[in-house]
Amino acid sequence: MAKVLMKGNEAMAEAAIQAGCQAFFGYPITPQSEIPEYFARELPKRGGLFLQAESELAAMNMVMGASASGARVMTSTSGPGYCLKLETLAAMTLTRLPAVVVVVMRSGPAFGTMKAAQEDYRMNGNGGYKVVTFAPSNLQEAAEMVYEAFDIADQYRNPVVVMADGMIGQMMEGVDYDKMPPKRTALPPKTWALHGRGARAGKKPQLLFLPDGMGHYGAKHYCETQLYPEIIRNETRVEITDVEDADIVLAAYGTAARMCKNVIRELQGTVRLGMIRPKTLWPFPYEAFEQIGPKCKAIVVPEINIIGQMIDDVRIASAGRWPAHHVGDSQNDFLTPNRIRDKVLAVWEGLQ
Amino acid sequence: MIQRILIAGQGGQGALRIGQMIAYTAIQKGLETTWLPSYGAEMRGGTANCSVIVSDEEIACPMLTEADYCLVMNTPSFRKFKDMVVPGGMLVINSSMIAEKSDRQDIRTLYVPADAIADEVGNKRGVNMVMLGAYLALAGTVSLEAIYAYIDYSFQGRKAAFAEPNKELVKRGYDCARECV
Repeated sequence: MAKVLMKGNEAMAEAAIQAGCQAFFGYPITPQSEIPEYFARELPKRGGLFLQAESELAAMNMVMGASASGARVMTSTSGPGYCLKLETLAAMTLTRLPAVVVVVMRSGPAFGTMKAAQEDYRMNGNGGYKVVTFAPSNLQEAAEMVYEAFDIADQYRNPVVVMADGMIGQMMEGVDYDKMPPKRTALPPKTWALHGRGARAGKKPQLLFLPDGMGHYGAKHYCETQLYPEIIRNETRVEITDVEDADIVLAAYGTAARMCKNVIRELQGTVRLGMIRPKTLWPFPYEAFEQIGPKCKAIVVPEINIIGQMIDDVRIASAGRWPAHHVGDSQNDFLTPNRIRDKVLAVWEGLQ
Repeated sequence: MIQRILIAGQGGQGALRIGQMIAYTAIQKGLETTWLPSYGAEMRGGTANCSVIVSDEEIACPMLTEADYCLVMNTPSFRKFKDMVVPGGMLVINSSMIAEKSDRQDIRTLYVPADAIADEVGNKRGVNMVMLGAYLALAGTVSLEAIYAYIDYSFQGRKAAFAEPNKELVKRGYDCARECV
């Protein structure tokens, strides 16, 4: 199959079906509604189940139920719906149930507007748990990440979130499904799956699916000591460009990182720019910042949001070595390559 | 080569659709392409627009801050986007809907009476196809034949009867632009 032109939302839905997604439960919200639309059209034809729930919370609870039965299952939403899903997402990390949640972000706070944005960075899990969170920057990557997310969720028995900004959901670009990442082999069998009263053989329904002898509230949390360190070791992903001799480093993800590429090209010969682009927001690639060279004077963090969210993680990674500057949406103006360029130049002039 | 195309009109005029047609045919030709619709506080009677980029290398940002080609189909779009055209770029104006003239001397401007042409052909809703034809004649990235093939692909079965009238609209826009340049 050659490259096909697809809308981001459709590309992610198709990738999920190709990854073996058997059920989708969702509720419409801009800018992700093409995902349930695609599933509604395609999934029943290909042996799966599509169900539009009465609310986001209900959809997520259905995801949990389907996952407990051992199915590969997915839901998708945007910020206002995602905060409703967090309750069940947290419960699924407690009960160690895999699923894939695609979040196509719009502006905030709260219901905000339908404008594409990156406002849900801080929602990659509320308290007491972590979920692998992918941040695609183009549609090929979006499709690959959704495809791989199902394997990762099954491997660690933990939900995986794919956090795409609204532009990734709405834009069209070429996607090549021959280039999907290899299927992970040797995934653990779902021995914990519930198959109904007759199949239970007298066992009680399980609530906590932890390995024997491991407690969520024991002396030391199993996830903190074993599961999450293993995920951090194996699944942290980042793209690093020219940071060794950069004057200023840009740190951005998703569409904001694509804007940065325009700026780097435009400012060639003026400022030496490097870039760190996290492909996973958790685990965050803190170690990438250790590669920044001695000439670097500042980090600029363009985000398609109003206050800046990833900038906090950049500050942690910087550990006081470089000042970090946010540039993002303002009341009247959205983030554009030109506004990133102006910010970089202002920071650069301030350093002279 | 990189070509940045902004297409704008009133919601319903088909601006987004012709952007998609350019993107579909460009990708079939092996080019890189992105298509990005406007999103946000759009409303009926306002402007709907899309940004298309066609390039022979990887495309960084799909958003446009300036355009090499700008196709405008109604007056609000004309006022909003005419200054986005880079010097030396091309502005294509649907003169049936836009009475105003462009005051820019540093760009090439083409006035296409797209509604009048569509009316003549007997398909009032095909204004966007006329504009697409004009673009094809000017830009040269995508051929008339490729668009014809795509139209045939789009209108199959019961809809097959619509293919030829749409091709005619594209051809009329194409010829109109050819005569003027």
